[in-house]
Amino acid sequence: MNSPDMNTIKSPVSAAPTPRVIVREAAAPRPRWQVWLIRPEVVTLVLLVVASIVATRLSPFFADLGFILESSTYYIEFAIVALVLTIVIISGEIDLSPAAQMALSACLFGTAFKAGAPIPVAMGVSLLSGLVMGAFNGVLVTVLRLPSIIVTIGTLILYRGLAQVLAGDKSISGFPGWFVGIDYRMVGIVPVPVLVFIAASILLGLFLGITIYGRQIYQIGTSEIAAIHAGIRVRRIKMGLFIASGLTSSIAGLMVASRLGSVRYDLATGGELTMVLIVMLGGTYIFGGRGSILGTFLAAWLLVIIATGMTVANIAINAQLTVMGLLLIVSIIATNAIYARSQR
Amino acid sequence: MSAISRLFRAREAGILVMLVLFVAVVSLIQPRFFSTETLRIVLLAVPLILVAAMGQMMVLVARHVDLSIGSILGFSAIAAGMIFRDHPEWPLYIGFAVGVLSGAALGFVNGLVVTLFKLPSIIVTLGTLSLYRGLLFILSGSKQIDPNDIPEPLIRMAQTSPIDIPWIVIIAFGVAFATWLFLTHSQIGRQIYAIGSNPTAAPLRGIRVMPVTILVFTLSGALAGLAGLIYAARFGYVNPGITGVGFEFTVIAAVVIGGVSINGGVGSVLGTVLGVLLLGSVQVALPILGVSGFWQNAIYGGIILIALVIDRTVRQGGLRGLLARGGA
Amino acid sequence: MTVSAPLVSARGISKSFGGVEVLRNVDLDLMPGEVHALLGENGAGKSTFAKILAGVHRPTRGTISLAGKPVEIPSPIAAQRLGITLIHQEPISFPDLSVAENLVIGQVGAKPLGRVRWAELAKEARRLMGLLNVPIDVTVPMRGLSIADQQMVEIARALASDSRLIIMDEPTAALTPKEVETLFKIVRRLRDEGRTIIFISHRLEEVRAICDRVTIFRDGDKIETATTASLTDADIIRRMIGRPVADYLHRGVSHVGEIALSVRNLTLPGRFENISFDIRKGEIVGLGGLVGAGRTDVARAIFGVAPAVSGTIEIDGKKVTIHEPTDAIGLGIALVSEDRAIAGIFRSLSVETNITAAVPKRIAPRGIIRRAVEKALAKQAVDKLSIRLATVRQPIGELSGGNQQKAILARWLLAEPEILILDEPTRGIDIGVKAEFYDMIGELAAGGRAILLISSELPELLALSDRILVMSEGRLTADIARAEASQEAIMHAAVPRSGRTAGEGAAA
Ligand SMILES: Nc1ncnc2c1ncn2[C@@H]1O[C@H](COP(=O)(O)OP(=O)(O)O)[C@@H](O)[C@H]1O
Ligand SMILES: [Mg+2]
Repeated sequence: MNSPDMNTIKSPVSAAPTPRVIVREAAAPRPRWQVWLIRPEVVTLVLLVVASIVATRLSPFFADLGFILESSTYYIEFAIVALVLTIVIISGEIDLSPAAQMALSACLFGTAFKAGAPIPVAMGVSLLSGLVMGAFNGVLVTVLRLPSIIVTIGTLILYRGLAQVLAGDKSISGFPGWFVGIDYRMVGIVPVPVLVFIAASILLGLFLGITIYGRQIYQIGTSEIAAIHAGIRVRRIKMGLFIASGLTSSIAGLMVASRLGSVRYDLATGGELTMVLIVMLGGTYIFGGRGSILGTFLAAWLLVIIATGMTVANIAINAQLTVMGLLLIVSIIATNAIYARSQR
Repeated sequence: MSAISRLFRAREAGILVMLVLFVAVVSLIQPRFFSTETLRIVLLAVPLILVAAMGQMMVLVARHVDLSIGSILGFSAIAAGMIFRDHPEWPLYIGFAVGVLSGAALGFVNGLVVTLFKLPSIIVTLGTLSLYRGLLFILSGSKQIDPNDIPEPLIRMAQTSPIDIPWIVIIAFGVAFATWLFLTHSQIGRQIYAIGSNPTAAPLRGIRVMPVTILVFTLSGALAGLAGLIYAARFGYVNPGITGVGFEFTVIAAVVIGGVSINGGVGSVLGTVLGVLLLGSVQVALPILGVSGFWQNAIYGGIILIALVIDRTVRQGGLRGLLARGGA
Repeated sequence: MTVSAPLVSARGISKSFGGVEVLRNVDLDLMPGEVHALLGENGAGKSTFAKILAGVHRPTRGTISLAGKPVEIPSPIAAQRLGITLIHQEPISFPDLSVAENLVIGQVGAKPLGRVRWAELAKEARRLMGLLNVPIDVTVPMRGLSIADQQMVEIARALASDSRLIIMDEPTAALTPKEVETLFKIVRRLRDEGRTIIFISHRLEEVRAICDRVTIFRDGDKIETATTASLTDADIIRRMIGRPVADYLHRGVSHVGEIALSVRNLTLPGRFENISFDIRKGEIVGLGGLVGAGRTDVARAIFGVAPAVSGTIEIDGKKVTIHEPTDAIGLGIALVSEDRAIAGIFRSLSVETNITAAVPKRIAPRGIIRRAVEKALAKQAVDKLSIRLATVRQPIGELSGGNQQKAILARWLLAEPEILILDEPTRGIDIGVKAEFYDMIGELAAGGRAILLISSELPELLALSDRILVMSEGRLTADIARAEASQEAIMHAAVPRSGRTAGEGAAA
C-alpha cells in the first residue's frame, strides 16, 4: 500500500491485461495521507487547536483548564445528547426533538416531585418518559415510515407543548440539596457532568467503531436499501437509536434540572440548534453514512471555547445567535465539500 | 383547470369537512362560538399566518422547508419599524418596501445556500433561524419598537378599510389569490410542482432547478416580511425577543393541515387557505371552550403529526398499504 | 458514403465515473435523415454516450460538432436548445403532474411567467397520444401509469419537441409488438421529415426493420459503424461480444435433485398474481418477460423485501414465513438484485465491508468485529472470484461495474445459500466478467444450489436455464422445458394478452 502505481493492482486471472484495460477494472487507490486528511475530524481538531491558541492569547482565563471545564457545564448536557444524535445522523435519520424531550422529561420529574414522589421515583418517571418519547419517534419513523426530519419537528412542538401544559409558565423548584448542583461535584478538577460526557464518548465511540452494530449503522446510512437487501435489520436498529436518543435526552434533562435547581417548560429552548451544530462541527455528514464520535467529542470542546470566548469578550448572548447560526451553515458546507472531494 | 382541480379536490373536500365539523362541534358545546363576532376574530387572526403560509406552501411543494420565517418576520418588522420610528416623515410605503425587500433578501440567502451547496433546507434554515434572529438583535440594539412609533395609518389597516373589511384581511386574501394564479397558471408555477414531484428528473427535463428554487425561498422570505408588517399593524409593537418566535411552527402546522405534502409536488392554495382557517378557528375556540392557552403548542404538534400520517395514508392507498411491509 | 454533411460528429469522446473509464475515444458521425442503431451488450456504454449527447453527462474528453459547428452541451437545457431530445431508458416522469403537463413541462421557449393554457395543452396532448394509439386520459396524474404507458408519454414528448436529433434509449424494452409497430411508423415519419434518430435496442430484428446504419460498442470502445445490410446477425453478435457466442453460452446438463423452493399462489395485488413454481436443487430456472412484467417483484417477495400478501412458500418441503430479508437469509436464500447501485453496493464503503455485509455472525461472533477474520474472508473471496481491485480497503465505488457485481456475488456466496435468486446479474458488466459469471452460475448449480435466474437477455436465458418461466402483466404465462425453449416461444408468452388500457397494468 505504498504507491498508487498501476503495478500493485492484482493481475487478472483470465485475459492477459494491458494497462489500458486495468484502468477500467478499478481506479488506483488514494495515497494514505490523503485518506487521512480528508477526514473531517482532522479539520475539527485543527480548528480546536487554533481556537485554543487564539483564546489563550486573548484572555489568560483560557490557559486555565479548570476554567474551561467549569464553563463547559453549560453546554455539556447538549454535548452528551449530541453524541447519540451523531449516531442517529450517521444512520441517515435525524432527531430534532431532544431539547423538547429534555424539557418534558424534566417537567415530568418536577411535577412528580411536587406531587410527593421521592426523587428516585421521580427520576424513574422521567427516564421512562424519555423511553416512551423516543419510542414514539421511532414508531412514526420506522413503522409509519415518515421522514424523521419532519416527524421530529412535529414531536418537538408536541413534547414542548406538553411540557407547557404540565408546568404552565411557572418554574418548579425546591429539590433536595443532594440532587441539586451536579455541576459543582468534582472528581479532581473535573465536574461530574464532564466526566459523564467523557465516559459516554468512550462507550459510544467503541460501540460505533468496533461492534457489528456500529458497522451496520454506517451501512444503513450509506444506503438504506442496500442494507435492507443485505439482511440488516434496519428498522430495529433505527428504533433502538431513537429510543437511545429519548433516554439520553431525559438523562440530560435531569442533569439540567440538577444544575439549575429548577425546571420550566422552556428548559433547553433552542437546544436543537446547539446539538445539530456540535454534530455538524464534528464533521458528521448530514446525509448519513459518515462521521465519528471523536469528531463530535472534539467539536463539543470547540463550541465550549468559542461560546465562552464570546462571553468573555462581552458579546451579548442574543448576538451570539448570529455566530452559532453562521457556524452551523459554514460547517455543513465545509463537511459536504470534503466528502464530495473524497467521492471524486 | 380541470386537471388541477380534479387532482386536489379530494384533499380539499376533506379539509373542508374537518373545518365544518370542528365549527359544528364547538358551537354545540359553546353556542356563542357560532357568531359573526367569532368570524371577525378568526378573520383578524388569520392574515398573519395566511400570508406566510402561502410562502411556506410553495417551499413545501418544491420539497423543501423554511424554518427561518419566524426570524425573517421579526427582522422585517424591526427593519420596517425602525424606518417608521426614525423617519416618521417618510411615506408608509417606504416602510413596506423595506420590510418586504429585507424579507426577500434573507429568503434569497436561504435559497442560495440550499441550492449552491446542495444542502438540506431544514438544516440550513435551522441555522439561518438563529443567524437572522441574532442579526435582528444587533440591528435593533435589542430595543423594542414601541406602540407610539408605529404610524397610525398602519394600525388602522388592521381595523378597517373603505369596504369595512380590515386592510390586512384584504391583503392576505389578495396574496392568496395571486399565489393561486402564479402556481396554477404560470410556467414557473408548474415547474415548482415538477421540481417537488421528482427533483432528480427536473433538470433532465430542462427545468432550471436552481433559479426556481431560489425564487421560491425568496418569495417565502418576502411574504414573511409582509407578515412582519401585518404583525406590526395588528399588535402595534415589535419586540426583537418575541416577534415571530416559534411562528414557523404555526405556519407549518397550517400548511400541512391544508393537505400540502412534505414529500413535495402536492398542495393547493385552496387547501392551504382552509388549513389556515381551521387553525385560526382552533386558536379562537380554545379560550371560548375554556381550554388553557398552554395547550396550544401541544395541539399544533399533534395536528402536524396527524396530518403527516393522513398524507402518508393517502399516498399509500389506504391504511393497508401503509402498514404493509415493503421496501423502497 | 453519403453526400450530405453529418448532423452530429462526435470525436474522441471518453467518459469516466469514479476513476473507471466506461467510454473511450468514441468517434461517430450521424447523418441527417438517418435512423442509426447503437448496439452493444449491457454496460457497453450506449446509454452513457446518449446521455453525453443530451447534456446529462459531460464527456471527460472529446468534442462534439453539430451541423459542422463545434458545440458544448453542458446541460439538458442546452441540448434542447440545440434540438436534441433523449428518451431515457428508464422513463422519467413527474408523478404528481398530469400526463398533459408531463408532455410539455420544461420545454424551451416557454416564457417563465407565461400562462399555462390548460385547454390547448390538453388538446395537443390528446392529439399526440392519439398518434401513438395510447388511449389514456391526459388529465390524470402520471402516478400509477404502467412502465409501457410512461414510455409512450416519453415518446410523445419527443414528438412534441421540434428536435433535429432524437435519441431513443431502449424504447421498446417494455412495449408489445403492436406498440413497437406504432412506434416504428412514427420513427419512419420523423426520418422522412429529415430528422436524425438514434435507436438503441437489443433486438436485432427491430434494428433491421428501421435502422439504416449500426454502430457497435463493446466495453466502452466503438468497434465499428456499418450499414445494417452489410452485416449478418452473426457478424453483429461477434462484434458485440468479441468472440463467438458458443464460446461461453454453453452448459452441460446438471444433476437435478429434490425440490428446494416451492412457491404457491403468491399474490401481491397490483404487482403479481397467483405465482406458483418449483425449483429443484441443482436446477437453473430462468424467468423471462418484458421489463415491468413483475419478475423483480416476485424476487423481492420471496426474499422478504416486499412480501406477498397471500400464497405460500416452502423450502425443502417445509412451509416458511418470510417477513424480511433477514428471515430469507436465515433460510438459505440469497438475492442478487437488479439495481446494483441502489440495492447492492455501499458505494463509499470498502470492498471488504461490502463483501462481509451479509454475514455479521461470521465476522463478529460476539458482537465485536474481528478485523483479521473479516480481512481473510474478503481476501479469499477476491481470489476465488478473481475480483480485480487495488486493495480490499478501497471504496467499492472505485471498481468497475463487473467487479462490483462480483463483490456482491461474493457477499452472497459467503452466506452459503441453498437458493440463489439472480435478478439481471449481468446487467451493466463488462464482457470478460460476463463470461466468468456464466461459468460461476453453472458451477453453483452443479454444486447443488437451486437458482432462479431473471434476465431480459434471451440468449442468456436460453443458454443457462434448465427450464424457463415467463411472466406477463404479473402472471406466469409459460413454463418451457429446455428442449422446447426458443426466443419465439418466450416472446410469445411475454406479450400481454389483455391489451393495455389507462390506469391498469400497475405491474411495474
Ligand atoms: N452514473 C454512473 N456512475 C457510475 N457508473 C456508471 C454510471 N452510469 C453508467 N455507469 C457505468 O458505465 C458503464 C456503461 O453503462 P451504460 O452506458 O448504461 O451501458 P449500456 O447503456 O450500454 O447498457 C457500466 O459499467 C455502468 O455501470
Ligand atoms: Mg443502457
